[in-house]
Amino acid sequence: MSTLQLVQGNEACALGALAAGCRFFAGYPISPSSEIAEALARALPRRGGVFIQMEDEMASLGAVLGAAMGGARAMTATSGPGFTLMQEHLGYASLAEIPCVVVDVMRGGPSTGLPTSPSQGDVMQARWGSHGDRATVVVAPASVQEVHDLTGTAFALAERLRTPVVVLFDEVIGHMREGVTLAAPPAGSAGRPVPGEPPGPSFRSAYRPNAEGVAMVPDFGRGYRFHVTGLMHDERGYPTSDPATVAALLERLERKTDAALDALPPERYRLEDATVVLIAYGITARMARAAVDVLRERGIPAGLLRPRLLWPVPVAALEEAIAPAELVVAAEMNRGQWSLEVERVAGRQVPLAPYLKAGGSIISVEELVEHVLAATREGVLA
Amino acid sequence: MIEAAPTEKRLLRLDMMPHMLCPGCGHGIVFDAMLRVLARRYETLDGVAFVAGIGCSSRVVGYVDSATMHTTHGRPLTFATGLKLARPDLKVIVVTGDGDGLSIGGNHLIHAARRNIDLTCVLFNNEIYGMTGGQLAPTTVPGAFTSTSPEGNHEEPFDAARLVEAAGATFVARAQSFRTRLFEEVFAEALDHPGFSFVEVLTDCTEYFGRTNHLGTGADLLFAQGREEPAVDADLATRPTLRPVPEKRTRPTLATGVLHRSRRSTLEEAMGLVGGAR
Ligand code: SF4
Repeated sequence: MSTLQLVQGNEACALGALAAGCRFFAGYPISPSSEIAEALARALPRRGGVFIQMEDEMASLGAVLGAAMGGARAMTATSGPGFTLMQEHLGYASLAEIPCVVVDVMRGGPSTGLPTSPSQGDVMQARWGSHGDRATVVVAPASVQEVHDLTGTAFALAERLRTPVVVLFDEVIGHMREGVTLAAPPAGSAGRPVPGEPPGPSFRSAYRPNAEGVAMVPDFGRGYRFHVTGLMHDERGYPTSDPATVAALLERLERKTDAALDALPPERYRLEDATVVLIAYGITARMARAAVDVLRERGIPAGLLRPRLLWPVPVAALEEAIAPAELVVAAEMNRGQWSLEVERVAGRQVPLAPYLKAGGSIISVEELVEHVLAATREGVLA
Repeated sequence: MIEAAPTEKRLLRLDMMPHMLCPGCGHGIVFDAMLRVLARRYETLDGVAFVAGIGCSSRVVGYVDSATMHTTHGRPLTFATGLKLARPDLKVIVVTGDGDGLSIGGNHLIHAARRNIDLTCVLFNNEIYGMTGGQLAPTTVPGAFTSTSPEGNHEEPFDAARLVEAAGATFVARAQSFRTRLFEEVFAEALDHPGFSFVEVLTDCTEYFGRTNHLGTGADLLFAQGREEPAVDADLATRPTLRPVPEKRTRPTLATGVLHRSRRSTLEEAMGLVGGAR
């Protein structure tokens, strides 16, 4: 069963969450993400779920993590400054392996910045905002349809990998309306790993990993007695400062997120014979896609690689797209964030001409085409 | 070594011992009293969950053989709120300290009280940050020396119980590590109370507050509570390396026992999560 509807991006996010079985939302008002909370405030109680507006963003994600430990599929949504306040609890969720979905509808920063203008300035915050070495899973939808679908993917990944998954889009996608096909989530989106052994007084393996490297932590209130902590811990969940145990834990937490790469490969558009490779994500990718068509009409063999997963970085797909390139143009609405990853993967072998724009307006097709043409004229492409 | 009574022992994770509390710390006395109450009412703690923040007091939940969660600094009430709303059938007990619950987590404390969510929150108040090395707390008495008030504290402390009552808590009590029988009574009542129940328990940090203020051993501090003597040394201001503080103050004699009890809808009742409304 599927139905076509005209839906706002933020509403599509709420609908995608509901379809994925979200039954707990805690949040705090902030532009431009508030419609997600408003939609779920209406929908969740009717479906036996819980909506609560908390006193701030730290409390919001804290409540989400508590609900997730109680077994609920749980989510919060916020924007720039609120996302900053959530960083500590994102780190906690990573280390304590508590599944949750955090939506960040990006606005212009730093600080209060541009509350209702688009930006892609939180890409590095999503990766490195919380202290310590932390693996992150961040998905970046580029349309209202994809906001709906990838919110579902985010829940599936969060539950399967027992880790926070961030859904990162911007004010334009959040507020625009598009036709969306609301399909039931794909079958087989398995729940969170739970222990195989029955509860009992001797249960001491809450943080024993499965084959995928994911701890099989039971939900609270199911007869298992165990400890959850933001301290480094052993397989019992007991605090430890043993260097070998800590190093192995950090390694496992990073390794398990690799599974996200297979679940969400990048989109490749007209890359077959492309020697001018555009790389863009989110709203910018839509302009980049149109720019590829314009450039092709003008005889430039352009193509687009559109990552839908920003973190972990799809290195293999990037290398494959970059290998035949004579010019690589990474475009994003910030002063250079994910383009640094492109640079890292490309090395010094390929000419790079990133197109970066911060200031609160989206990148147009025309300016991107002009930029690529100028880069080729300047002899970057001999 | 003093063995835990067998009834309490069954509620402990003995494999996590030795515990990290200093000799003479008042927290162990309070924790022991908590266990006695729990042992009287629960055979196992499967229907209970403990949520704690960061600090010496918060660490005690790790020694309880239950579903235990050692969360982030100041935020245990937020985790507990989510857990309780997702699983209203669980008895959720929050353990926090004065720095955790009143300073970094003060906002969450007043909002949990306002919501009247059915949680029991025990706040161990020892007037200091023990775990980080004895710094000034929002509960430190004026004049007292800490590692960040080397000239004596210039600030007035919070009255936690009055703060939480004003914020809307429907059960508020205060106890001491000295009078464990009283603590056991009010903690048991707090567990029975539907709605946000708050127990402030005055304990002592021997390692930092006691030592820095020349107050003697854990026993000295404990008996000072009992005699309601000044909890700040009388000749503190005359210590040669320190300038005199303007005015010497003592931990005030605070009312103990149940300070407030009322009944209104809990958050779960109002949301229709309990009481068969849905
Ligand atoms: S530092 Fe103070 S509060 Fe902490 S365990 Fe030692 S005596 Fe107790």
